[in-house]
Amino acid sequence: MTTLPARPAAPTYDTPESDNYLIHDKGIPSWLLTLDHKRIGVLYTVGVLLSFFVGGIFAMLVRTELLTPGRTIIDAETYNHFFTLHGAVMVFLVIIPSIPAALGNFVLPIMLGAKDVAFPRLNLFSYHLWISGAICTVVSLVMGSFDTGWTFYTPYSTTTTAGGVIPVIVGVFILGFSSIFTGLNFIVTIHKLRPPGMTWFRMPLFLWALYATALIQVLATPVLAITLALVVVERIANIGIFNPAMGGDPVLYQHFFWFYSHPAVYIMIVPAMGIISELIAVHSHRQIFGYRFIAFSSVAIAIFSFIVWGHHMFTSGQSSLMNTLFSAISFSVAIPSAVKIFNWICTLYKGSISLNTPMLYALAFIVLFTIGGLTGLHLATLNTDVHLHDTYFVVAHFHYVMMGSALIAMVGGLHHWWPKITGRMYNEKLGMIACAIVFVGFNITFFTQFMLGSHGMPRRYYDYQPEFQIYHVISTIGSYIMASGFLLTAMYLVQSLVSGKRAPANPWGGATLEWECASPPPYYNFHEAPKVGDPYDFSNLHWDERGEGYVTVKPPAAKA
Amino acid sequence: MSAHAPAGDHHAADGHDDHGHGGGHGHHNAEYPFLAHHFETPAQQFDSAKLGMWLFLVTEVLFFGALFVGYAVLRNRYPDVFTYASAYLDTTLGGINTAVLILSSLTMAMGVYFAQTGRKTALVVCLWLTMAGAAGFMVIKYFEYTHKFHVHLVWGEGFYKPVTDDGGLQSAELSSKAPVPLAPAQTTMSAGTVTAQQLAMPAFVQMPAGEQTAIAPPAAGPAGMAPAVIDAKAAEHAADPATHGDEALHLEDAAMPPNTHLFFAIYYAMTGLHGIHVLVGMGVIGWLIVRAGRGEFGPKYYTPVDLVGLYWHIVDLVWIFLFPLFYLID
Repeated sequence: MTTLPARPAAPTYDTPESDNYLIHDKGIPSWLLTLDHKRIGVLYTVGVLLSFFVGGIFAMLVRTELLTPGRTIIDAETYNHFFTLHGAVMVFLVIIPSIPAALGNFVLPIMLGAKDVAFPRLNLFSYHLWISGAICTVVSLVMGSFDTGWTFYTPYSTTTTAGGVIPVIVGVFILGFSSIFTGLNFIVTIHKLRPPGMTWFRMPLFLWALYATALIQVLATPVLAITLALVVVERIANIGIFNPAMGGDPVLYQHFFWFYSHPAVYIMIVPAMGIISELIAVHSHRQIFGYRFIAFSSVAIAIFSFIVWGHHMFTSGQSSLMNTLFSAISFSVAIPSAVKIFNWICTLYKGSISLNTPMLYALAFIVLFTIGGLTGLHLATLNTDVHLHDTYFVVAHFHYVMMGSALIAMVGGLHHWWPKITGRMYNEKLGMIACAIVFVGFNITFFTQFMLGSHGMPRRYYDYQPEFQIYHVISTIGSYIMASGFLLTAMYLVQSLVSGKRAPANPWGGATLEWECASPPPYYNFHEAPKVGDPYDFSNLHWDERGEGYVTVKPPAAKA
Repeated sequence: MSAHAPAGDHHAADGHDDHGHGGGHGHHNAEYPFLAHHFETPAQQFDSAKLGMWLFLVTEVLFFGALFVGYAVLRNRYPDVFTYASAYLDTTLGGINTAVLILSSLTMAMGVYFAQTGRKTALVVCLWLTMAGAAGFMVIKYFEYTHKFHVHLVWGEGFYKPVTDDGGLQSAELSSKAPVPLAPAQTTMSAGTVTAQQLAMPAFVQMPAGEQTAIAPPAAGPAGMAPAVIDAKAAEHAADPATHGDEALHLEDAAMPPNTHLFFAIYYAMTGLHGIHVLVGMGVIGWLIVRAGRGEFGPKYYTPVDLVGLYWHIVDLVWIFLFPLFYLID
């Protein structure tokens, strides 16, 4: 490539400041009442990261308490409240909205080449619902919090004297509708707002993943909503449908709950996989391997997600036939998941890999998700599950999937799109160091818990036998390491806002549409409808020293 | 949609640059003032709205679906409860309500047609008729509910608790006759001092000895419960509403199977949720009446009427399932 054709006349890195979504309007109302999907995405991101901080503090308190058997810093009642709060905040306020609502809102319409989502007002309403749900959680804290576990199992949740159960359940009900409306918006946007040329198989894989996620959000969440409504009614009016003492059926509650909450696990992981598909392809500068397999495996996971919920109730008195069926179907989820892993690794193979922060997070994801996924098979096996059920093995497994995979992908995606969202570059060196700290800390924390669990330490316990202490101490130390990694991340990200280098339009060499508009994007995303090409064709993208970004250079043949 | 093609061209000519848009998503298309800025054509906007509404209806189906599953589980576990308790529902009122709702669906569908054809007066009349149907449904439902409250056909504890004029309980007197034995503790319990714990584990429910698992046992029901008894009750109930109106017949009925309160729990849960949807429907139909009165709907733009129509039909459809499942058992 010695004779490059003429460079484009106006590289986008010197986009006039007058036209970008961050400064288009000023004042707090212009943010809180905005209909712009980018701003709503930013608002979600801020909310989700704040909630992540709060949920993380609860996690640190729980881990610290577990340093010694018996009381370390808090009493048993408080401990029950804290692990419940950690779980509820992390699941409902952080992970579920983190990728679809925060990053998805920002990225989806731009990637698609649309000006906005299909229903901007509904999008804003979703965000306001999210805020209301968060407020309900705070109200619950004020009214005495709750100690039910994030699963709200009946009859305990309908009889506990903790004062904040009703507000938090109302909060989760509201958050559910926030999630439903976001999903509905995304489905319609992807169906109806694709510009000419954007066929289904030219859609970036992140959009396929968001589409599959949205299907789950729309189809599973209403069941959780009505179930939680019944729990509230049961607490207020004592209707007895879930109360065994009144002839009701608590396992019915578990079925309803997991009919949502198992698919909810895929609401967390499928968009994470979508992000990883983008990160791996862009930072390997190589055509994604097996595009259609990755796309369809997202949809396959969405479908499977609806028929495996019974594996949460292997020990709840289900019939053996049901257990066998649910076990078998749960195994089959491994197939589409492994398809993705193999495709990512094949994409890396002979790729021109840029080993930067987003790529490090993507590689961390592959390792952590493989561990999390494979340990899921232990739990899907009926006989081992009887031993491992409700132990720290389960805790370690779902942290590897929810945190080690979903949240790591969220953080990786945040780094990947950070220049696009904020218009600033973060400190790459610190980013790589922080990623390494988080990765090491995470494994020290949770790999230890696999051992704890297989030795029989039950989850959620306040006290434990002295022989478990060494594992608990190691795990807690790991959690401190991980927390310091995240604090470092927060520091350099904030610093980048203040004094970060201006970001070029295309700092990584991505071929999807969002890299064609300026960083940060203009208010209406595209002044003219973008030309849609292959989202993973990197052959025309070349590094431009002057702008320290990638520019598209048409091959001479195309010009002729 | 060839009729809409000029709109697309017009819009494209309008351009998407910033001028005049301000902070809002307002659009200044003279021909199609309702067209939002991020859509290219009215057809695209209409199709998007319609797809969104259908997805919302899917969530509604799932929302009610969980309750239908709950109904199925309870009915499968306590078949005799459902056969027995259904006789206490007033089939006539339920039937009238079914007819009223189906008619209101018809007027709604006609309203959509009149909106599409731009006949403003006919549209407003149809919307008012639909509103009247919804209101009529709620009025009848109100009488059904209040009557049942009066005779203790309610959920949970109240189902077993007759209240005297001064508000005291007659439990002690009742306990000898009641089909479901009341524990001694209950005789001293007054409504005002019920603790959360007592509410959670009420003593009035019959638990077969030895069944201590978390899973409720299938109720055996009174062995060989004679259908004749139920029929007689039902006949009495139908034939003599005057006496029925003042008494809680089930309290003295030896044939009442255990856990009959669960029928009313699921009955109120499902019909209550449906009633809330009717009320919401009345709200949005009222909003349509206002907008239709202003002449905002016509052949070019009738999306809200169409979407509310879809919503109204699903509310109707849910009732069409609820009616036989509760009122027409046996």
